[in-house]
Amino acid sequence: MSTIREYVIFKVAGEHYGIDIGNVENIEKPFAITRVPYTDEYIIGVVNLRGNIIPVIDLRKRFGIEKKEFDEETRIIIVSVNELNIGMVVDSSSEVLQLDRENVDAAPSISNNSTINFVKEIGKSDGRIIMLIDLKKVLGVEEMVELE
Amino acid sequence: MDMSQYLDMFIEESKEHLQHMNSILLDLENSPDDLNLLNEIFRIAHTIKGMSGTMGFTKVANLTHEMENVLHLVRNREIEVTEGIIDILFECFDGLEEYINNLVDTGAEGDRDTTDLVNRLKSIVEHKAVVSTDAVETATVVEEAVEEVVEATNDDVFMIDVNEGTLEVIKKAGQEGLIPLKIKVVLHAESMLKAARAFIVFNTLEEYGDILKSYPITEEIEDEKFDNSFELIFVSKLDAATTKNEIEKISEIELAIVEEIHVDGSVSVAEEEPEVEDVEVVDTSVEEKETIVPELPKPVKKEAKEDPKQPKAKTTAKTVRVDIERLDTLMNLVSELIIIKTRLEDTDQSGVQNSHDAIEYLERITTSLHDAVMKVRMVPVERVFNRFPRMVRDLSKELGKGIKLFMSGEETEVDRTVIDEIADPLIHLIRNSIDHGIESPEARTSKGKDETGSVYLRAYPDGNTVCIEVEDNGNGIDEKIIAAKAIENGIVSDSEVEMMNHKELINLLFRPGFSTAEKITDLSGRGVGLDVVKTKIESLNGTVEVDSVLGDGSKFTIRLPLTLAIIQALMVNLGEEKYALPLNNIKEITTIQSSAISLVQNQEVVLYRNKTLPIIRLNEVLDVEYREEQAQKDEMIVVVVRKGDQEAGIVVDSLIGQQEIVIKSLGKYLTGIKVIAGATILGNGSVALIIDPNQLF
Repeated sequence: MSTIREYVIFKVAGEHYGIDIGNVENIEKPFAITRVPYTDEYIIGVVNLRGNIIPVIDLRKRFGIEKKEFDEETRIIIVSVNELNIGMVVDSSSEVLQLDRENVDAAPSISNNSTINFVKEIGKSDGRIIMLIDLKKVLGVEEMVELE
Repeated sequence: MDMSQYLDMFIEESKEHLQHMNSILLDLENSPDDLNLLNEIFRIAHTIKGMSGTMGFTKVANLTHEMENVLHLVRNREIEVTEGIIDILFECFDGLEEYINNLVDTGAEGDRDTTDLVNRLKSIVEHKAVVSTDAVETATVVEEAVEEVVEATNDDVFMIDVNEGTLEVIKKAGQEGLIPLKIKVVLHAESMLKAARAFIVFNTLEEYGDILKSYPITEEIEDEKFDNSFELIFVSKLDAATTKNEIEKISEIELAIVEEIHVDGSVSVAEEEPEVEDVEVVDTSVEEKETIVPELPKPVKKEAKEDPKQPKAKTTAKTVRVDIERLDTLMNLVSELIIIKTRLEDTDQSGVQNSHDAIEYLERITTSLHDAVMKVRMVPVERVFNRFPRMVRDLSKELGKGIKLFMSGEETEVDRTVIDEIADPLIHLIRNSIDHGIESPEARTSKGKDETGSVYLRAYPDGNTVCIEVEDNGNGIDEKIIAAKAIENGIVSDSEVEMMNHKELINLLFRPGFSTAEKITDLSGRGVGLDVVKTKIESLNGTVEVDSVLGDGSKFTIRLPLTLAIIQALMVNLGEEKYALPLNNIKEITTIQSSAISLVQNQEVVLYRNKTLPIIRLNEVLDVEYREEQAQKDEMIVVVVRKGDQEAGIVVDSLIGQQEIVIKSLGKYLTGIKVIAGATILGNGSVALIIDPNQLF
């Protein structure tokens, strides 16, 4: 089995994050998002992606980072977890990176920090630190399953 | 061929037969001497036995076989139809139903053990006059035989043609020491699922050798496009007699005619077969159909080895049986769509007027198309209703209350997705009526009521909705008990109760955490209250109302929308956002001066048409952001919506207009968002949310 895995890398507030490429459906430029009331604050609404209604969350809000207006760089990464398609708004995303198992460490378990809770592992590449996030936790899908 | 393709068909048909059996059993209970009913039920048991035998579902087959034996005696008046017999038949029905349900869920019959039942059936048969059964048996056999003779006349004529290509393969096989055979398989006249039976023959034979060719061709056999027989050319190491034996071992095979093909074209017959007509007697018209090249030996045999009883994870798909006329309508509409498409393409050149016409025409077609598709999805509520007579019968016995169920409007149609969902709420309501509503016989007589209570189950279409009512002539709902209970359970406070009118008090029944059952029976009072019914119905965009007169009975009315997927909606603006309000909830649209609003108990109300109308500011409910200048206006646009006989006025910023919208779900990630019923995609590609006015008040 190969120890190399591919990750889609994106940036939120200057930090690099990565998610397994297998979870990524596509990456879109931002378009009309419809707000949905009575949802968690980080769920900013729904979009129409080729006839399908897809919920979108803002990773800045999810990570407790201050809001930023959408710009040229802003992207919506459509991910697929547990057969759910969900969009994540990130500051930018333009890179796919291969990481060898050797360059991936477990996340430090110091946290009371909410961001760190979402980080599953830490990847290193060319001196950069890439936080590999736990999608289920970020999306709140885990809690949902438990509820059921 | 694969057996699983018949599973859906088998299930669908068995369910229909079981439904039928259920209603006949109930009729039989009332008129045990009706020979027609007995014959019918016998026929059903026989049919199911045949089908399940074919599919290899031995438990179902065994059970129905024993049922058949008992029914046979009953039919011949050797056993009297007693309550015991009917009860045991009902038990059989339950067993069969469970098997079939297991098949739906898991693809296997499940573990329910009906040996006891089978033994009881057997003992019934044994204890009764066995002597005469033989006589009857032979009588029926003779009858059947007569039928068969008619068809059997041309049994031994072969239609299959050994053409050049096949001959080549046969020659080759001959050199390898294989024996080429010509086989004609004749199935029982009343055999069910003939295609599946043929499949078994194919499988059996393929274990020994190769089938080179069949008549009719394999596809037609799969589609059951043959009468009672089909023919094969088969090469294997088996000789004619052994092959004949192998085939005839399969059940429901009337006979197999097996002949050896000699390469020179002549034929030798498996010994016991009487004179066989010459192969040359082949109709030319048949030859025309037979233009296929010899089929290559099928290398795949894996499927055949699959144990049909092995539980498969696969569950069966939801299906709808559709009247062919409805499909024709659909087809016609689609052709019209194609015509209008070409016309639209042409109008590019020929000006505005034409394109207006074309668009109008297109609109008409899409509306009709929507209508037609909707109708295809409709199924009669009978599918749900037919289980209730049995349920009421059992409950009535169990509780010692005499109860009659009157049903009407079984033919009323609702959407397929609704039909499965309304069963549970209805069961709940009917149980409630019987358990809580209908009094004991003594109590009824002392009140001067008919000793037997009545429960009415009615369905009828009402405009764009379908109504289903569950009414009983029992004791009705005592609002005092309701109030006391609600206070006790902490749902409302004393002072709140005092403010409530009769209607509001009764509606407390639907609050979560409310249960009046004073003693727990296994029917109701299991902690699952009417709030579950309400939630379920509301999730289908429907409403539930209750009406009750103490002492006279109560009536629950369920109102469901005819269609779920496409609705007419009023589009409105709120700030920068657009929302859709389903048109069927809207009573009217009006304007109201903001000065006319007064505050009653923290609720804004306005006097409108001499009624107090609660005012709901949708922007506040939905937390819509406003720019400064939009804030307060003197004249407000109010959409009056109704829920049951309650009304409320919803304040919106401005109206966009009426539009046909396609309802899309928000998906699993965003479930249970209150007030929002779903989303729809607008012409410009953006998303608008659909408001569920029922949840606003």
